[in-house]
Amino acid sequence: MGHLTANPVIDTTGDRTMILNMGPQHPSTHGVLRLLLEIDGEAIVRMMPDIGFLHTGIEKTCEAKFYQQVVPLTDRIDYLCPMVNNLCYVLAVEKLLGLEIPPRAVWMRVLLAELQRISSHLVWLGTHAMDIGAMSVFLYCFREREDLLRIYEMVSGQRMMTSYFRIGGLAMEPPIGFFKTVKKFVDAFPERVDEYESLLTGNRIFIDRLKGVAPISKEDALAMGVTGPALRASGVDWDIRRDMPYCGYEKFSFKVPVAKEGDVWARYLCRVQELRESQKICIQTLEGMPSGSIKAEAPKVVLPDREKMKTQMEALIYHFKIVTEGFTVPAGEVYQAIESPRGEMGYYVVSDGTAKPLRVHMRSPSFANLQALPKMCEGRLIADAVAAIGSIDIVLGEIDR
Amino acid sequence: MPLTPAVTDLEQLKDRPIVAALLAWNQSAVAGAKFDRNELSIYVARENIRGAIAHLKAVGLIEFLSDLTCADFYPREPRFELAYHLLSISRKERVRLKVKLSGDDPVIESVTPVWPSANFFEREIFDLFGIRFLGHPYLRRIMLPEDWEGHPLRKDYPVEGFR
Repeated sequence: MGHLTANPVIDTTGDRTMILNMGPQHPSTHGVLRLLLEIDGEAIVRMMPDIGFLHTGIEKTCEAKFYQQVVPLTDRIDYLCPMVNNLCYVLAVEKLLGLEIPPRAVWMRVLLAELQRISSHLVWLGTHAMDIGAMSVFLYCFREREDLLRIYEMVSGQRMMTSYFRIGGLAMEPPIGFFKTVKKFVDAFPERVDEYESLLTGNRIFIDRLKGVAPISKEDALAMGVTGPALRASGVDWDIRRDMPYCGYEKFSFKVPVAKEGDVWARYLCRVQELRESQKICIQTLEGMPSGSIKAEAPKVVLPDREKMKTQMEALIYHFKIVTEGFTVPAGEVYQAIESPRGEMGYYVVSDGTAKPLRVHMRSPSFANLQALPKMCEGRLIADAVAAIGSIDIVLGEIDR
Repeated sequence: MPLTPAVTDLEQLKDRPIVAALLAWNQSAVAGAKFDRNELSIYVARENIRGAIAHLKAVGLIEFLSDLTCADFYPREPRFELAYHLLSISRKERVRLKVKLSGDDPVIESVTPVWPSANFFEREIFDLFGIRFLGHPYLRRIMLPEDWEGHPLRKDYPVEGFR
């Protein structure tokens, strides 16, 4: 079937081309992405992404909130992995404050961030396979995602917009039976990945549809700002978790899957491998989970326990002050980057010494990855563009913010 | 990690590879440097920014442009501070180049010819801060509608209410 995905011959000399709108209401654009395509028959001559349909001005809203009030806003950026966004923001503010976080909170954060990576990749796998035409994989993936959503609900009370991380630790101690539920899930998970792989990895139709499609070279990927699994699939061995560790990732051992081809198939293989590696990190966190407090010793920043508030005058005063006037953060600026399921998630937070941030900028991986899409698709068929969009795993919420 | 005072003395920071490379390339381009919270910032003169970034790329010290953004310090002048977050993958090091821009003439050279990834980031800054980038291939609004008035991330633009 190679002849169908080979480079089509394009005639740009005559007036054979036409403009086609793909989206913003096209199911395979994963949200409200509009692609302007100049096409010659079935072949894409030029592609231009048009974004901004979901722009809600989150960065501007952040400037009007106290530091602790920004956490729920970060959930809404990348709604497939809210805790990873929480993590990036709280790490940035903790860096500004110079806060030390107790080990139990750090390990819980790693555990939840990796569970989020799994659930985000599951949505990607299900929708990507459905775009290609493999309907049933979606049901398998969402079965496991449902288990994960229940785990998030257990720990935070919310299935999706969790807002569970706080500046200085976590919102609350995980409930009784939480670790047992997680253990049950992660123990069964490798078998589930085998199931997905048995449906897709050996599937000839799936392979023919993905192999050699929409490739991007290492040099182009770096120049276009591609990060995450899409960059690793192009042969760049770079994972922020391993290479510039944050939040205690240096304590865990995991492999970083890398491929050379840079096509949709390579991106698929990298992400499926990441599912297995994340599961390994989860096992390690469960085995070594330290005991102790989940909040830092910083009464001016972290809300006191409910019990202390009822018995101690100081705790009540601090609680009142944090809730009514926030806490001040020493002036300065930080850029905190973490490895989100999609790539480099970066928060640039500028403080002017008051209780509200002067500037919060989110460097979202999808925003930069989307720039590389025309490079991948130009000169190829429209059907390949659908595969390419699925393979870079964009979330429009974090592109438009 | 507890906070330590920021190092703002260029003399103390001139041995760092990127500061040294920029000083060797053009001494007058470096307007200052700051090492704060384990992050290195280098202030670069406005007219040298594209040259500085192209030089760092050419000598192989920088392999990736992570992020490009801006902050508005209104009513202080110069009010805008652009921040270019650069990454060296082989040396596992980040650096931030900063440029100050005044409010009455917010124009700067585009770095898109050097790093194509700056394309969307510069369009976003143009859209939300009203800073113009000379030599950008397609400088149009990216988030807001074409006919929008004003630039929302400027500090003199209200968060809510009638603008």
